[in-house]
Parts: sequence; C-alpha cells; structure tokens
Amino acid sequence: MLDARDADASHRKIPAGRWALMIQVDGVGQVYGEEGDPRRIVALENASLEVARGELVCLIGPSGCGKSTLLHLIGGLAAPSSGEIRIDGERVQRPLPQKIAYVFQENALFPWRTVLENVKLGMEFQGVPKAEHENRARESLDAVGLSEFAGHYPRQLSGGMKQRAQLARAFALRTEILLMDEPFAALDEQTRLLLGEDLSVLLARTGKTIVFVTHSLVEAVFLADRVAAFTARPGRIKQIIAVEEGHPRSRIFMTSSKLAGLRNELYELLHDEIYKTMNEAGIAR
Amino acid sequence: MKRLVQIGFVVLLALLWQLATLGHVSPLLLPPPAAVGREFLVLLQTANFWPDLRVTLFELIAAFLIAAFTGSAIGSAVSRSSYAVRVFDPLFAGMYSIPAILLFPLYVLFFGLGPGSKIAMGATIAFFPVVLNTITGLSQVDRAYVAAARSMGASPIQMFWSVMLPAAFPVILAGLRIGLISGFLAILGGETIASFSGLGHRIVNLAESMDTARMFANIVFVMLVAWVLNAAVSFAEARGRRGIA
Repeated sequence: MLDARDADASHRKIPAGRWALMIQVDGVGQVYGEEGDPRRIVALENASLEVARGELVCLIGPSGCGKSTLLHLIGGLAAPSSGEIRIDGERVQRPLPQKIAYVFQENALFPWRTVLENVKLGMEFQGVPKAEHENRARESLDAVGLSEFAGHYPRQLSGGMKQRAQLARAFALRTEILLMDEPFAALDEQTRLLLGEDLSVLLARTGKTIVFVTHSLVEAVFLADRVAAFTARPGRIKQIIAVEEGHPRSRIFMTSSKLAGLRNELYELLHDEIYKTMNEAGIAR
Repeated sequence: MKRLVQIGFVVLLALLWQLATLGHVSPLLLPPPAAVGREFLVLLQTANFWPDLRVTLFELIAAFLIAAFTGSAIGSAVSRSSYAVRVFDPLFAGMYSIPAILLFPLYVLFFGLGPGSKIAMGATIAFFPVVLNTITGLSQVDRAYVAAARSMGASPIQMFWSVMLPAAFPVILAGLRIGLISGFLAILGGETIASFSGLGHRIVNLAESMDTARMFANIVFVMLVAWVLNAAVSFAEARGRRGIA
C-alpha cells in the first residue's frame, strides 16, 4: 500500500517474476492539431504502462484526460504522435483482431442484425471458418447468459443486455486481450454493479488480459488488479494503485473496508484533477 | 374519426363539383361526377388501358433501374472521400433544384417521340434523390459501427457491404422511393408534352378530342396507379427497415 503512494515509477512495472509481459506502453503521447494552432490539443503526454498477461488494469481520470485515447492507441485504432506501444513485444501499428477484442461504450452493436448475427459477423471479420460460427457464437452467448435472446435485435434489449451482447461478440473472437471503453457508463448504478460482479467471475475464468476505462471509482477498485489514475489535460498517468485481491471478486469485497479505503485513496488522487477540468470548462468558480 | 373527416372532405368536393355542373359551366369543360364515374367503370370493364399502361410502366421501370444503379453507384463512389462529398454534394443538390423538365425538348431531339425520351426524362429526375440520399446515408454512418468493425478486422469490402451499406440503407431507400415517385410524375409529364403512347398521351388525346368525361376517368385511373405504386414502395421500405430502430 505504501509503495502505491510512491511517486516513482515502480508501479508502472509489473512485479518482477510474477507474470509475463503482455502490453507495453512506452512514453506514448497523442497530439491533435499542428504546432501553433490555437485548437491544438495535447490529449496524452508521455504515458508509460506495462500490463502483464492475465492482468486487469483500469484507467481512470477526469473527462478528456486521454484515457480513452490511450485505449484506442493500444487497440491500434489510431497511431500515437510519439512513443511506442508493443503487444507481446511487437509494435502496434494497426488493429490486431487476432489478439485484441474491443467492448465499446454503447451503440456498437449493428442494429440491423440480431444478437446472434452480430456475434457471427465479428467472427466473419476476424476470419474464423464459417463452420465454427454457430457453435462459438452459442457458446459465448451462453457465457454471458444471453442464449435466450440470440434472435433479438439490439433495440429490443435493455442497456445491460446490449453490453452483455457486446461482451459475447468480443469473447467469440477468443483473443488474449480485451479492451473495454467505459462499457457500463450508460447503465444505472445497480445494473453496473451487478454486471461488474458477473464480469469479475467471467474474467477470472477466461484469464484474459484486460484494459478497462471507467469513470467509476468503485468499479475501478472492484475490478482491477491495478488502477492507473490520470491527471487533467494534458493527460499523464499520475499514479498507479495496486489492488491486492484475488479474482473472482464477490459482493463481500464490494462492501469491504479495503475497497472503501482504496476508493478513498483514489478519490483523493483524482479530486484536484477533476476540479482542474471543471475549472477549464468553466463549471466551477 | 380522422378517416371520417377525410371521406367527408372528398364527398364535399364531389358535391361542390356536382353543384357547379348544374349551373352555367359547360359539361364539355367540366363533366358531372356521375358521368365521370360511368366512364371510369367502362374503362375498367373494357380494360383498354392496357397498351398505354404497359408503355408507361415499362418507361418507369427502365428509368428507375437506370437512376437506381447510377445514383447509388456514383453516390457510393463520392462518399468514399470527404473531399469528394464537399465537392459533389452541393453540386448535385444545385442541379436537383433546376427544373429538369426543361431538358425534355432536348431529349425528344436525342431519343425521339417514343419511350426513349421518357425514360431519359424519368431517369434524370429520379437520379438526384437517389444519389443525394446515398451520399447522405453513407456519410452519416455512426463512427462507432466503423470503429467496431475495424477493431474486429473487417476488410474494406466487408466494411462497405456489411456495415456501411446496411447502416445507410434506410436513407438510401427513402431516396429510391422519392426517385420512383418523381420519376413517374416526370414520365407522365413527358407523355403529355410529346409522345405516341402511354397514360399521359392518352389523357392529352382525350382532352384534345373534347372527350372530357373519359379524360377525367383516365385521370382517376392514373391516380389509382400512383396510389398503388406508392403503397407498394412504402411496403418495400417498411420491409427494408426491419430490424433497424
């Protein structure tokens, strides 16, 4: 706990010898607009982070701090202005559908296709042989508890079910890495907490490497092995906090004083940054 | 209730029409509704509209296919680059606002008095809503779908056929519907101006021979055809939207 407060970079590194390295973010920055342009935005500055195989890391910070940008960069959906990202030692330059699957905030299901067809289309894009589509799709829908809704269209599902469907689509791709961009942001708190519990169980079973962007302090502490807290824009990783707790996590951990303590610590860390962001937006005094 | 008011309105119009024919208006200019009704029944019984209906429908189908194919192909090509969209979208929109019927005399010179000039006219009019809606539909596709497909490894061809096109489909379909209906109007208009055959030609012929009761009966018939067309297209559109919120 004490070294978590340490300003030095020790927590950016994976604890030696414990896990194998999966994702390496090395001095990555992202700038939009040319030098001297008044609209130029430094979205992300010199971010470094290592994620071990099977680890779940949450990115948290004020709006516009570059946490989603970092996720896009890791996923190869955009190229960084500076620095380098490596997956399994290999530099990321484009999406890697064989290695990385995505769960987006919302509306990323294709509304003209049923849940089952959505899951199958993902596999078609990824290049899975057609003969395997049906079985793998059914399997992953089972895993998220949506088997009965395979024939429904996305608009016929609740927000929580839509996100389960997205998760099923991602699972069917059988990638080692899962990137989740505020997947539960649009849900009410109760649904979000329940989905969080389910997710913890599911993920403990699959052993995937996960980077998860969230706005929710509780969600971050509940799910993550480590939480990376970002500063206000220009976004930098301010500190990384380790959550020493095995998976799957249950509601016992949810209500524990350990979680509360870590959440408070995280809140202390983010408070000033959120305040800065609000000042810039002219919301606070 | 709404239905009732609508029917009442039509009945009222017919009554006014009947009243007008009782006065000093010559039945040559305005035949009484009853006479028109009689002629309409005769028209349906003898079914002598077939040759002209066939010509008009042939012209419409040909014009629509040309417009649908070229419009959606050009629209798809343009929407691939945002620069091309900025160049061509206002250009097509501007050309759409020119009354294209003015081209008809030229088309008669090019293609003659037969169906050719009507097909060209109908295709010209129907082209614009198709191309404009194709561009709009394809450039308004939600970026989330594109990002999701890209992250899963969609190839450019898969992106177009499995993501862009279905996402834009409702808007493109609306363009096709407007194209079909306005193409139909343009073809009828062309037939009334210069032609050998077709429903428009038939109506002009009857007017010129002062057979106004039969002319009105034919106009009612054309309205019926237009209504059937509209209903068919709306049905197709509703089917096409299935599954899309």
